[in-house]
Order: sequence, then C-alpha cells, then structure tokens
Amino acid sequence: MSMIERRPGLTVLSHLVLILGVLIVAFPVYVTIVASTQTTAQIMQNTPMSLLPGEHALETYRLALFGGETEAGGRINPAWPMMWVSLVTALLISFGKIAISILSAFAIVYFRFPLRGLIFWMIFITLMLPVEVRIGPTYGVVASLGMLNSYAGLTIPLIASATATFLFRQFFLTVPDELVEAARMDGAGPMRFFWDILLPLSRTSIAALFVIQFIYGWNQYLWPLLVTTKEDMYPVVLGIRRLISGDAYTEWNVVMATAMLAMLPPALVVILMQKWFVKGLVDSEK
Amino acid sequence: MAAISFQNVVKRYGTAKSPVQVIHNLSADVEHGEFVVIVGPSGCGKSTLLRMVAGLEEITDGAISIGDRVVNNLEPAERDIAMVFQNYALYPHMSVFDNMAYGLKIARVPKDEIRARVEKAAGILELMPYLDRKPRALSGGQRQRVAMGRAIVRQPQVFLFDEPLSNLDAKLRAQTRLEIQKLHRELGITSLFVTHDQVEAMTLAQRMIVMNGGVMEQFGTPEEVYSKPATTFVASFIGSPPMNLLNSAAGVEAGTILGVRPEHLDFADDGWEAQVYAVELLGAERLVYCQLNQDTLIVRIHEDQACPAVGEAVRVKPRADRTHRFDASTGKRRS
Repeated sequence: MSMIERRPGLTVLSHLVLILGVLIVAFPVYVTIVASTQTTAQIMQNTPMSLLPGEHALETYRLALFGGETEAGGRINPAWPMMWVSLVTALLISFGKIAISILSAFAIVYFRFPLRGLIFWMIFITLMLPVEVRIGPTYGVVASLGMLNSYAGLTIPLIASATATFLFRQFFLTVPDELVEAARMDGAGPMRFFWDILLPLSRTSIAALFVIQFIYGWNQYLWPLLVTTKEDMYPVVLGIRRLISGDAYTEWNVVMATAMLAMLPPALVVILMQKWFVKGLVDSEK
Repeated sequence: MAAISFQNVVKRYGTAKSPVQVIHNLSADVEHGEFVVIVGPSGCGKSTLLRMVAGLEEITDGAISIGDRVVNNLEPAERDIAMVFQNYALYPHMSVFDNMAYGLKIARVPKDEIRARVEKAAGILELMPYLDRKPRALSGGQRQRVAMGRAIVRQPQVFLFDEPLSNLDAKLRAQTRLEIQKLHRELGITSLFVTHDQVEAMTLAQRMIVMNGGVMEQFGTPEEVYSKPATTFVASFIGSPPMNLLNSAAGVEAGTILGVRPEHLDFADDGWEAQVYAVELLGAERLVYCQLNQDTLIVRIHEDQACPAVGEAVRVKPRADRTHRFDASTGKRRS
C-alpha cells in the first residue's frame, strides 16, 4: 500500500472535483424532475425555463401514467401498459439469458463431447459482430416465424448471449475440481451437482448479470421499433419517443414525467441488487 | 468393510501414439479392516492409484476389486467408499450438518436416520457445537474433521484419504494422526491413506506400499520396510537421515551396494577410515558427515557420546547383522 499524505489543500480540491462531478451527472436528472412538475405553458413561456419545482407534479404524473386529454386538447396514451411491456420484456430477457448461458457454460466446462472446443469458439466469435450487423436477417427470421408484435419476438432474438456464457465459463473454471469429485463421491449426478452446488455458488455472478441484463432489456429501443407495430406491444422507451413526435405540440412536462417513470425500475433494480454485489465481494467463499 | 485387491493394475494417459504410463502392472491385496498407507515422492503415482480406487480415474488395464466386486466400471457412488480430500472439498454454501448429510440425502436415507448418523459422527469428532456453521467459519483442523465426518456418516466399506493432513500445521498434524488411528481402531474400516510424509506413513500404517515412478517397490509392515528394505529406493526414502548406500568402502564386492543406517554405525578402531567434514546437532542426537572414499557417510550418535571434530580422521564400523546388500544394477535387495 502506498502512503496516503494528508494535506488539507488536496482534500478540499478532491472534494471540489467530486462535487462538480456529482453536479454534472445529477443536473440533467434534476431538470427532468423540475420540468415534470410544471405545466407545458410554464416550460414553453419561460426561456430559460425555471429551475424551481412547480406545483403540478401530481396531475402531470397522473396524466403520464394513466393517459387522458391535455389542456391543449391533445391525447396522451397511458404509460403503465407500456411499462408493463417493458417489465415483462426485461425480465424475460434477463432470466432467459441467465438460464441459457449458465447451461451452455455448464456443458462447455463440465462435459467432454465431440467438437467442444469448436462450439465454444463459435459461441465466442459471435461477440465480434455488433447486433446492428445482423438486425436485418434477424428481423426476416422473426417476421417469417410470425413473431412480430409478440413477447417472443421482443425477447427470444436477444436472449442468446456469448458474454454471459463466457462470464459463467470463467467462473466455473475457478470452482475447484475437488468439489466436483466430492459431489461425485456423494452420488450427485451432473444435474444434481448443477442445482445443489454450482447454482448456489454462482448466485453472486447471477445477481450481477441480472442487473446488467435487466437494464439492457429495459432500454431496448431499436429492436422493439422494428418488431412492434401495435400500440399494446410498445415498450415505454418507444412511448417517450412517440410523445415527442406527436402531431399536436409536445407536452414536455408529460415527456419528462414519462422519462422519470421509465428510469425508476432500472434504478430500483440497481439499488436493491447492490446489497448482493457487496455480499458477493465480502463473502470469499468458493 | 471389505478387502481391496489390485490385479495387474495399469494406468496410462495420453494418446495411443505417445502414451504416458503412470502405474506399472501393480498387484497387491489389502486385507479386510487393514490400514494401508501408500507413500512415495511426488509424481510416483500414489494419488492416481487412490483415485482409481475411488473411481475418479479410469483403470486402463487390470482390475481393482472391493470386497468380491470388481469395481472397474462402477461409478464412485456405487463403490461404497468415502474419500477425504487434501483440500477437504467442503461445499462452501452448506452448513456443517448439510455437508455431512448431503451424500445420505442423495441416497434417500430417511431424515431421522440422517440426523442420528450426522450427530453420532459429530459427537465422535467433537463437531457438535459447529453443526450450523458454514465451512468458512471453521479453522483448518475443524474443516478437516468435517471432511472426515462426511466420510464416516456414509458408513462405507472403505475409507480413502488423499494427503488429508498436508494442510495442517505440525502440531495439529500430530494430533490428527492420533485421532485417525483412534478412529480406525473404533470403526475398523479398511483404509487407504496416501501421503508423501514418511513419518505419517510409519506411524499410521499397519502395512505400507512404497511407490516410486509408478512401480510398487515394497509392500510390508513399517518394521519390514525399515529393517528389510526391498530396494535401494526404499532404503533411501524411508528413514531420516536416509540409509547410507556405499559402493567404495572396503569389503564391498563389485556389483553390490552396501546399505547401513546412520544409527547402525559406530566409531571403532577396526572400522573404515573416513574424514569428518560436517557435524550437525539435532538436540538429542548428532549427525556426523564423513567422506569415505567416493561415498558420503552419515553417522548418528547420541548428544552425550564423544563427537569427533570437523577435519578429524575417524574409523567407522557398521554393527553386525545391520547391513543390507543390494544389486548395483537393479537396486534390488540381495540379503
């Protein structure tokens, strides 16, 4: 460990830098919150817009969440069905990804089968191609399978994951061989070993992946834009975009409120799962 | 409980083109209830041999039987054996109780009986206060006892130990050695114990298998191995400091190696002429290192005996009937 020098000047400076950083990150979120508490008229008429919270928070959020007529006569679609679509999609994607990748990593690490190395490299090499490159053909497949406007279409093409498979593989390689052998001596078959020993040992990796994949699934924009054409299958991220491009003039307060609502679930997942991360770091059991 | 029998057991790794043979045609019979130690330097194949009994390594050729069953093609769990691993291999996410009970749960033993068996084993091993703890909350010695407990509750026909004491400190090792002896006396289960430590081998074994380079050099009681080593390897591997192996001393016939243990040499006027080049005090005894023609010779004397000075010329004589003769080309014992 290096010596840490205590110099008051340095402490003040580092705090200043940190506070500045926090402000830069937090300011846009603050503006969003403030805008969602004012009326559209207040936002449009004051340039620059007031940075003090307004008094219309409740009605704006009610409008964003449940929809209805605006004062200007525009129609706002309710956000909650879209949030439901986003939630189901994100959960299906994250659980699907974890299930598929942990099983493939299990097969690759613990079973000897012909072409094992080749199969591993085939999975691994898909990491080299960005999603956008194969989005056209993938759309073609999904469309011809009749999966447009369905949860299957929204999630299945995103579930296969080389990254997660690779991560679980790396973790499994650190599990001592003696543990596998002890389980064999105890009479545990491969799936029993997987359920009783490997899965509990992987729980911190699973938690970490869940957080990453939930946010990934929740924030999907391009793919849902392609495969959904019906309003009842739009995720909330698409919904925000649609609020802005409406033919009436944009209700910025509702847009901001919807953005806040769309940010809540991923934030909640991070906050709730944070404990697991820390636990994973403190428990060094293997 | 059961006897274990090795019949011409061979283990080869690698491809057909470039095979690496690690066990060479090994045959031995371990008797029912016996405690047999397999000892040898690292890489001699002792762990491989144990793992073949366990079913963790395939048997390339030959047969291993436990009781009257040939177990070559049986899964580890079907062999009715239990194993204590070097690093204990406890399941880190399970409590001590669950660690010990896991094998029984899989074997669908009724819950009440699992509890009874685990508690009995925990009682013997003084683990009762720790049943709810996770392995990480235990000391090395306690983890070792949990690993033994996991083996005991299975009530197997054979215990296999793979260097179970090598991760303990010296004091705990000596204590655990005694515990294992006591356990074997109480349970009387046939045991195979692998170690590279000759003290462990000598103290624990009823009979011991000395291995070198995949070959069984000798199989006998500790007394036999010590007083009648079958080969020069055994002679130099068992005993500390090792047996002196001489071929340049007066009276040694050509083609023969003469072996004398350091404790069976005395300073006497009619002995071999040698030059002292170092002396070590070990506490109760001294080791006197001498140069005898082309050979080095170690003489062990009590600390209260007269000790020659470094550089002094001495005469050294082996005690009658305490010399061993080996063939110089094969290393095998002649008389």
